[in-house]
Amino acid sequence: MTTENPGLVESNLFNRDVIHEIQRAAREGIYGIRGWGSKRYLPHFDDLVFLGASMSRYPLEGYRERCDTDVVIGDRYATKPLHLKIPITIAGMSFGALSAQAKEALGRGATAAGTSTTTGDGGMTPEERESSTLLVYQVLPSRYGMNPDDLRKADAIEVVLGQGAKPGGGGLLLGMKMNERVADMRDLPAAIDQRSACRHPDWTGPDDLEIKIRELRELTDWEKPVYIKIGASRTYYDTALAVKAGADVIVLDGMQGGTGATQTVFIEHVGIPTLPALRQAVEALTELDMHRKVQLIVSGGIRSGADVAKALAMGADAVSIGTAALIALGDNSPEFDEEYRKLGSRAGYYDDYQAGSDPAGISTQDAVLASRLDPVVGGRRLANYLRTITMETQIIARACGKSHVLNLEPEDLCALSVEAAAMAGVPLAGTSWIPGKSES
Amino acid sequence: MEQVFDLATIPLRELNQALHDCLPDASKSVWRIINPKGEHAVACGVDTPADIEIRGHVGYYCAGMNKQAHVIIHGNAGTGVAENMMSGTVRVKGNASQSAGATGHGGLLVIEGNVAARCGISLKGLNIVVCGSVGHMSGFMAQKGTLIVCGDAGYALGDSIYEADIFLKGKVDELGADCMEKNMTEEHLTFLATLLETAEVTDDPASFRRYGSARSLYNFEIDDADAHT
Repeated sequence: MTTENPGLVESNLFNRDVIHEIQRAAREGIYGIRGWGSKRYLPHFDDLVFLGASMSRYPLEGYRERCDTDVVIGDRYATKPLHLKIPITIAGMSFGALSAQAKEALGRGATAAGTSTTTGDGGMTPEERESSTLLVYQVLPSRYGMNPDDLRKADAIEVVLGQGAKPGGGGLLLGMKMNERVADMRDLPAAIDQRSACRHPDWTGPDDLEIKIRELRELTDWEKPVYIKIGASRTYYDTALAVKAGADVIVLDGMQGGTGATQTVFIEHVGIPTLPALRQAVEALTELDMHRKVQLIVSGGIRSGADVAKALAMGADAVSIGTAALIALGDNSPEFDEEYRKLGSRAGYYDDYQAGSDPAGISTQDAVLASRLDPVVGGRRLANYLRTITMETQIIARACGKSHVLNLEPEDLCALSVEAAAMAGVPLAGTSWIPGKSES
Repeated sequence: MEQVFDLATIPLRELNQALHDCLPDASKSVWRIINPKGEHAVACGVDTPADIEIRGHVGYYCAGMNKQAHVIIHGNAGTGVAENMMSGTVRVKGNASQSAGATGHGGLLVIEGNVAARCGISLKGLNIVVCGSVGHMSGFMAQKGTLIVCGDAGYALGDSIYEADIFLKGKVDELGADCMEKNMTEEHLTFLATLLETAEVTDDPASFRRYGSARSLYNFEIDDADAHT
C-alpha cells in the first residue's frame, strides 16, 4: 500500500487504527467502551434506490396531491392502540444515558410531530411523561425503576429482548454518570459501574414470554399495546416467536442501532445489519399472515426520508430513530468543536457517550453541562427534523404514485450492489435478479 | 363482606378487573378465590388494601406487582410469584417455582415451603422469608432488601449482589461472584428477629449467617478480571 511517503507501507491487517487499539488495551487493561453505533461500512439503505413512476406507474403531484403518513400501532389485542401522525418514532434511550433535559426535549419534539417517544433502562422520569403525549414504557431485564404506576401511566409497553448494537448483551452505565438521582431511580449505589442484566429475571423462553405478556396485559386491563424489541440476529425466528408470544408490535433494531455505552467489540461484531434483518422479519410476518396485523417498527441507521421510505417499502409499518434524534438535538454540533477537541475528539466524531462529559449536554448527568440543552429549543429542532424527513418520505412516495407512505412496496425498489440485492430481497438494478431467490 | 370468585366459572379477566376497580384509598375489602387450577397472573396488579385468599395452586406471576394487598396462597405457586411487588404481603403456604419475588421493591413475601432457582433475583427492597430451601442463583444481582432462607441454598448464592442482605440458616453449595459472608451485628440480629417474627417464623436469629456484597465488582479493575468470569 503506497502512502504519501513512498516506501512506507501500512499494513492492511495491522493498520494504524488496529495498532492504536492494541496499544490502548495494553496500557489500560480494559476493552474499549463507547456510544454511537457501528462505524464500519455495512450494506444499508444507501445501496437501494427507488424506481419512480414512469410509463407503467402514475405519479402524484408533488405539492398538491394527498399522501398520508398516519399509522396505527398495536391494534392486534390492545383496546387503545397508538395513532401516530407520522411513521417515525423515537427509540428507547434511558435517563441516565441521557440527561433529564434531553429526555424532555425528545418528548417535546415527538409530541410536536405527532409521534411517540420511549423510556429506557432506568425508568420513567416525570419530565418525559409530562412532555410526551405518547410514551412507550420499556420493560427491560434490569427492571430498574419498574413499577405498576408508571406502567399504567404509559401508552404502550415495550418488552426489550435485545438491542441492535448489542444483541445478547445488557446495559452499561459507568460510574461517572451514576449520580444520586440516577442511582436512586435504579436502587443502586451512586458512582458504581452499573452493568445491567442481559436476561429477564422472571421468564426464560418464548413460552414463558407469552405468559409474561399476558400478565402485563392483565396488569393494564388489556388497554396498552405490547411491543417486543429484538436486536437483529436470528431475525426470522425471533419475529415468528414474538408473534407467537402475543406481541402487538415488533421493534427490530439492526446492527447500526446506537447505544449509550457498549464494548466496541460488541458494537462492531455482533448482530446483522438492518437491511437483511428487515427482509427476514417481513418474510416471517408474511408467512404467518401477520404482516400489517402485527406492526413492524424498524430502527438502526435511519437518517433521512429516503431511509424511512425504503424501510416502509420493504415492509416496515414505521421506523424508530435514536442517534439521528440526538444529532437533531445538538449532538456533535460544530458549536462545541473546541470542547470536543479538548476531549480528544472532534465535532462529527464524538462517540464518548459513556463518559458523561458531553459538551452538548445530552449524554451527561453533569448539571452544568446538562443545562446547556434547553428542552424547548431541542424539542423544536427535533420536531423540525421529524417533519423534514416525513416530507422527504412523502416526496418519494408521491413519485412512486402512492397516496399513503405505507403503500410503498418492494416492487418500487432495486439494489445497487449484489450484496444489497440479496439482503433486501429486491432485484439488482437493471436486472430481474434477486440473489438467493431467482436464477437470473 | 367477602367476595368469592370461582375461577372454574368466572374468567380471570373479570377477577382482575374487579380488583383493579378498587381504589388505592378504598376501605379494606376481603376476597376469596377458589379453583385457580394453576391459572397465571391471578390477582396481579392489585393496589388496594384487600385481604385476598387463594385456595389452590396458582401458575406464573400470582400477585405480580402487588401494592397494599395481603395475599395468601393455600397451595403452590408457579414462576415469578409476587414479581416486582411494591408493598403489602404475599404468603405461599406451599412451594414456589423459580424467580419468586423477582425485582420486588417492597413489602414482605413469605414462602413456607421450598423455592426453586433465582429466588429474589434483582431484588430492589422487598423482604423475602423462605422457610425451606432455595435453588441456585438466588439473590442474583440483588440490589436492596433481604432474603432470609431457613433451609439450604443452591450454588451461586448472591452472585453479583449489590446492597441486599442474605441471611442463611443452612448450608450453601457455593457463593456466587462477589458474595461473601459478613459480620452479624446486634443491629442485624434485631432486624432479622423482627422480620422473622413478622413472618411468623420461629427460627432462632442467632442460628443464621449473613452474606452480602464484597463490592469488588462495583468498579472495574483489571486485576479483578478473574472475578468477572
